[in-house]
Amino acid sequence: MDFLNNLFTNLYDNVKVLLVDALKSSGLPADAQGVLVALVLAVIVITAILIFAPVTFLALTYLERKLVGRMQNRIGANRVGPFGLLQPIADMIKMFTKEDIIPANADRLVHTLAPIAILIPTVMSFAVVPFGRNMQALDLNVGLLYIVAMGSLGTIAVFMAGFGSSNKFALIGGMRAVAQIISYEIPQVLTLVTILLLTGTMSLQKIIDAQSGWGGWQWYVFAFPVGPIAFIVYFLSALAEVNRTPFDLPEGESEIVAGHMTEYSGMKFGMFYFAEFLNMFIVCMIAATLFLGGWQGPFLPPWVWMLVKTYALVWIAFWFRGTLPRFRIDQLMGFAWKVLVPIALINIFVTTVLLPLYNSLGF
Amino acid sequence: MTIPELLTHLAFFVFGALTLVGALITVGTRNLLHSALGLVLALVGVAAIYFLLEAEFLAVVQILVYVGAIAVLILFAVMLTRGLMTAGLPAFNGQWIAAAGVALLFFFIFFFIAIGTHWPIKNFQVTTDLTPKIGEQLMTTYVLPFEVASLLLLAALVGAIVIARE
Repeated sequence: MDFLNNLFTNLYDNVKVLLVDALKSSGLPADAQGVLVALVLAVIVITAILIFAPVTFLALTYLERKLVGRMQNRIGANRVGPFGLLQPIADMIKMFTKEDIIPANADRLVHTLAPIAILIPTVMSFAVVPFGRNMQALDLNVGLLYIVAMGSLGTIAVFMAGFGSSNKFALIGGMRAVAQIISYEIPQVLTLVTILLLTGTMSLQKIIDAQSGWGGWQWYVFAFPVGPIAFIVYFLSALAEVNRTPFDLPEGESEIVAGHMTEYSGMKFGMFYFAEFLNMFIVCMIAATLFLGGWQGPFLPPWVWMLVKTYALVWIAFWFRGTLPRFRIDQLMGFAWKVLVPIALINIFVTTVLLPLYNSLGF
Repeated sequence: MTIPELLTHLAFFVFGALTLVGALITVGTRNLLHSALGLVLALVGVAAIYFLLEAEFLAVVQILVYVGAIAVLILFAVMLTRGLMTAGLPAFNGQWIAAAGVALLFFFIFFFIAIGTHWPIKNFQVTTDLTPKIGEQLMTTYVLPFEVASLLLLAALVGAIVIARE
């Protein structure tokens, strides 16, 4: 059990010991050895994250097709491989081999850079996500704000895609996306203030540690009455920020083809798709970290718990997609400004009033 | 110079170059959209330099406020302005002499401030989390500017909700 609990951290430590031993005999100066070990370990961690991301993407596309299919009384992908398990691989090959088309009137540079720009902040977000006990690439003191900042960087890329394509649907989609992301960022950040008030830290590791008591009843989602409200507001506004149904107006195919992705084909389209699924995954991971105690849980290894909680939230996101119709654009903005922002503000007020009570309870 | 220091210097020059390239694109290109995106590049480069100086809070806030809000606002303004989007706008208009004068004035002000200031270098590394200290200072020493700024932001927020209601 202990072996499984610390599988990845032990692996990391063993590689580190191996590296240090191997370099000792090399005769390099001591600080050069230290730098080399640090660099190699950083490359290993980054590679692990860069492998984790596409694998997660493949798993999510398969899951979404299967789950939404089931919810709509269909079977879903079942042709490639047993239970359609190889469908993501087939999709990937298709994406890679399709022709890459750039419209004649497009701003070539901006059009080409947009799919790259959208993926960079997404992958960078993984740097501070705690995957398990001691499994965090970088425990930033401002981890919470860092996640929000990376989320807001994606706006620029969506904008580039919408504008660089020289297409009216892409332009409308881009405008909608930017307006939506900015609007929903406000309730999202305001609910994070609630967490900030309860913990007094922005380090994701410390936020998880603060939720460790009472066998799971100290998770912030159970900090009645503000915890559950903050969780719901955060989850809804985060889903809106990553353009998931029912907030996927920027790419509403019944109105504006595919929004900012209209003119993209092949792997460039794939990168947008990739970023969208990964953003949703990160949002669910952060929600699990902030409100559901992160990697903590009984019996199973911490990293399994983290994945279980994340995939439970991902499942809820798919559930929304399978059951709810799309908002209208004015309803969407109204929902952010008239419903979520006031709720979040009241929530902050109630939190500050009840803070002594929460502190005496150990939250 | 030790190797970690060398790497830090290298990173500084890379990010500094990134910032300068972004700034040059901002002022050099005739396509207004490219200018705005160049500005984003420059702002991200500055944030990276803040990270390098271990001012993480400042770096993240730089991205949140300047890239996430102000640059997006500029992009929106560009997008909603008819006629500005056509590439190859004239680089000069009737105000170029005044603009050059103001730019030169600002350059000399900043230049002499940078030259005239004594920059103390402390020979130790900041290891503690500075964010709570920034918060404490905002609530004690700098409480008046903080309250004025938050009042302004609250008024803007309420105004936005009122406009959205109409």
